[in-house]
Amino acid sequence: MADAPQLPDEAETRARWGNFAWTPENAVKAQEIMGRYPAGRQLSCSIPYLDLAQRQVGAETNTQGWLPIPVIEFVARELGVPYIRIFEVATFYTMFNLVPVGRYHVQVCGTTPCMLRGSDDVMAACKARGMKKGHTTEDGLFTLTEVECMGNCSSAPMVQINDDNFEDLDYDRTLVILDALARGESPKTGTQEPGRHTVEPLGEPTNLAAMETENHDYRGEW
Amino acid sequence: MPKLTVDGIEVEVPAGATVLQACEAAGKEIPRFCYHERLSIAGNCRMCLVEVKPGPPKPQASCALPAADNQEIRTDSPMVKAAREGVMEFLLINHPLDCPICDQGGECDLQDQSIAYGRGHSRYTENKRAVTEKYMGPIIKTIMTRCIQCTRCVRFGEEVAGVEDIGAIYRGENMQITTYLEKAFKSELSGNAVDLCPVGALTHKPVAFEYRSWELKKNLSIDVMDAVGTNIRLDSRGRQVMRVLPRINEDVNEEWAHDKTRYHVDALVRRRLDKPYVRKDGKLVEASWDEAFDAIAGAAKAAGSSVAAIAGDLVDCETMYAAKALVKALGSDLLEGRQTGLAYDVSNLGSVAFNTTIAGVEDADAILLVGSNLRFEAPLINTRVRKAIKKGAKVFAIGPETDLTYKVEWLGNDLSILGKLPDRAAEALDAAKKPVLIVGPGALKDGQGATLAMAEAFQRDGWNGFNVVHTAAARMGGLMLGYAQKGGIADIVAAAPKLTFFLGADEVNFESFKDSFKVYVGHHGDNGAHHADVILPGATYAEKPGTYVNLEGRVQRADRAVFAPGDAREDWTILRALSDRLGHTLPFDNFEQLRAEMANEVPALGREGMAGYEFSPPKLAAKASGALGYPIADFYLTNAICRASPTMQRCSAELIHGEDFAEAAE
Repeated sequence: MADAPQLPDEAETRARWGNFAWTPENAVKAQEIMGRYPAGRQLSCSIPYLDLAQRQVGAETNTQGWLPIPVIEFVARELGVPYIRIFEVATFYTMFNLVPVGRYHVQVCGTTPCMLRGSDDVMAACKARGMKKGHTTEDGLFTLTEVECMGNCSSAPMVQINDDNFEDLDYDRTLVILDALARGESPKTGTQEPGRHTVEPLGEPTNLAAMETENHDYRGEW
Repeated sequence: MPKLTVDGIEVEVPAGATVLQACEAAGKEIPRFCYHERLSIAGNCRMCLVEVKPGPPKPQASCALPAADNQEIRTDSPMVKAAREGVMEFLLINHPLDCPICDQGGECDLQDQSIAYGRGHSRYTENKRAVTEKYMGPIIKTIMTRCIQCTRCVRFGEEVAGVEDIGAIYRGENMQITTYLEKAFKSELSGNAVDLCPVGALTHKPVAFEYRSWELKKNLSIDVMDAVGTNIRLDSRGRQVMRVLPRINEDVNEEWAHDKTRYHVDALVRRRLDKPYVRKDGKLVEASWDEAFDAIAGAAKAAGSSVAAIAGDLVDCETMYAAKALVKALGSDLLEGRQTGLAYDVSNLGSVAFNTTIAGVEDADAILLVGSNLRFEAPLINTRVRKAIKKGAKVFAIGPETDLTYKVEWLGNDLSILGKLPDRAAEALDAAKKPVLIVGPGALKDGQGATLAMAEAFQRDGWNGFNVVHTAAARMGGLMLGYAQKGGIADIVAAAPKLTFFLGADEVNFESFKDSFKVYVGHHGDNGAHHADVILPGATYAEKPGTYVNLEGRVQRADRAVFAPGDAREDWTILRALSDRLGHTLPFDNFEQLRAEMANEVPALGREGMAGYEFSPPKLAAKASGALGYPIADFYLTNAICRASPTMQRCSAELIHGEDFAEAAE
């Protein structure tokens, strides 16, 4: 249980967030989300509602956002379900932060494909900029988390920073991105490999090469 | 009706049955942890794996697989054996080997099943997972490292108790069962979650480390904490009742019992009256039985036939019958059991009984509660109402709004609403095939006529939907034995008896009996004992055999589990001995004779089962108005026994009055 987050002091969060309510824009969005599901199935809204709430908290604190207990309770009340049902959802998904995070939430993938392609270097680059796993830097800019596979294996290694993915990283490229973010710029998202657009093969195709020109039947060769 | 074979045995099961049920029908034991008959199917423990043909060539979880025609199930194949051993090995990876200090030891599903289906040794040499303890309130003690995450407690809270406090947070390896923010589990049924726990993760906090299950002697009894008549088992060691467990009775309590039933037992050895007392110069002093009887004989002489008996909420029919016989022998018929002053008409017992039967509530499709906080008055009927709602019943209620654990349409808090129900309610009740009216003790005071006037609307062919909820275990038995005056206890007060017997009656307003010589026959030093002139120490329900009639009119018998402490005696023997001293010897010398006499007078009390009351409501004034109230303010402290119980005091302080006992996390 050592890596389970320690919830921040309850009295403090209640004092700060006890009056949480949708902003007018988010109230409209919440209404629209609710409309997507049939009546009596409000529980389906729990994930989009929690996400919306986390973003609102993020906007208020100028961070990526997190879910204080009173906000989770607010969402539960909005949906008319017991608190524990929403709390279960919020604790289940790692994209919901139960503790405050920095302006940029740096989520480094450390699962096998990324690890083989050099996620240790990415992690080292993050640490070189003063980050520590599970902590926010002193200036409140970065929070570092190691996460499991984000599904970008063909452009490994990768990090997810807030809503964006940065792929095909190495030590230097990671530093460039982090420094750009620290300066308040918006670096190019997606692959960082020059000449690559998305996750198409780099250079010559190495497998299924015969498929390039025609619909080739490989079965005889297996 | 699918027909299938289990290990070569052909069985036919009802449509919708699962493979697990089919296996049970064939007499095969299927090990399980998460599956429970009374909860929804989760299918997450994987212990019930069996081989199913046709189907994929791998073991299947039988609890979540519907039985189908021509299936061939094997529960004895090598594949099944290997699957069970594998699942068991995984479960034991993170389960501590602390059976010697675990309260569940000896009655643990995991222990039993690992012996029956496990490998017998472990190949696991890594570190085990450890989980911090969770605070769940005054009843449930947690040792969460033992949890195998079957989620039975979560489902119980959601489906049966209706108090969604327990949940599973985090995921995978880090998943933990907890109450929301580690607050107390605020259900009056929380003890059942402990029983459901197949391992020692949830144990009974009040009796932690007090006993081992195999030391206990088991006796069958009937609960007296409310009028439902929960079937219970009293587990005792030596002369002390250590715990109460529910017995399965589908007609009454299914397999549940509420916390008052379970945890009042620590009071059976506290604040007990174990010697006779006589009031001398305004002070109660210890006395011998002879001295106490002499004092009563003196008073009886002066009183002549001005004698009355008032029965408390917990007494058995035999005690009431013996007291009735004594009062009669002294030349009086002043008997009353409704201590707090209720005075409803009892000329027809069917009009004050729970006519649909408790199990019948499940079939209801529209329910109207009048002045009834069922959650406190009869929690096990409340669970039936929840079941009815799950099947689609609508519930309306008249009374002060309160949390009944389910959605209720509150019609207001005034008896006058009875005569002119809002259209929505009236339509729903009219259209219902099995409408149910539940009249609580809050409405009996002023609303009996008005509710009886409505009874007609709740009659269908073969269905009488008129129900009255009582809160005292002695009530129906007392009414059958004639413990009721027309004007209630006020009539007794008006008759100003010179000698009054209080049979464990503690809720009486003793001020109105100032001039009477008060004899208290009871077991706990509570209100009644404080006001008595003579105290005769009696036995609690656990210390005497007895007959109890529940609110449906179901006659049930309880056995003695232990003997009464000190000089205390079974109540009927006290009354018999006293009658001898007063010169009116009662005509029975042993318990069997007493029962036979009682059965002679009230034949229904002679056989177990439904007494079968006629329903012919008396004509009463149907006009009523005024606000309703619920008589039970504090669920955990309703009678002398639970007021003497430290556990119930703690429950009351924490769950009703909101005192904070949460332990600081270390």
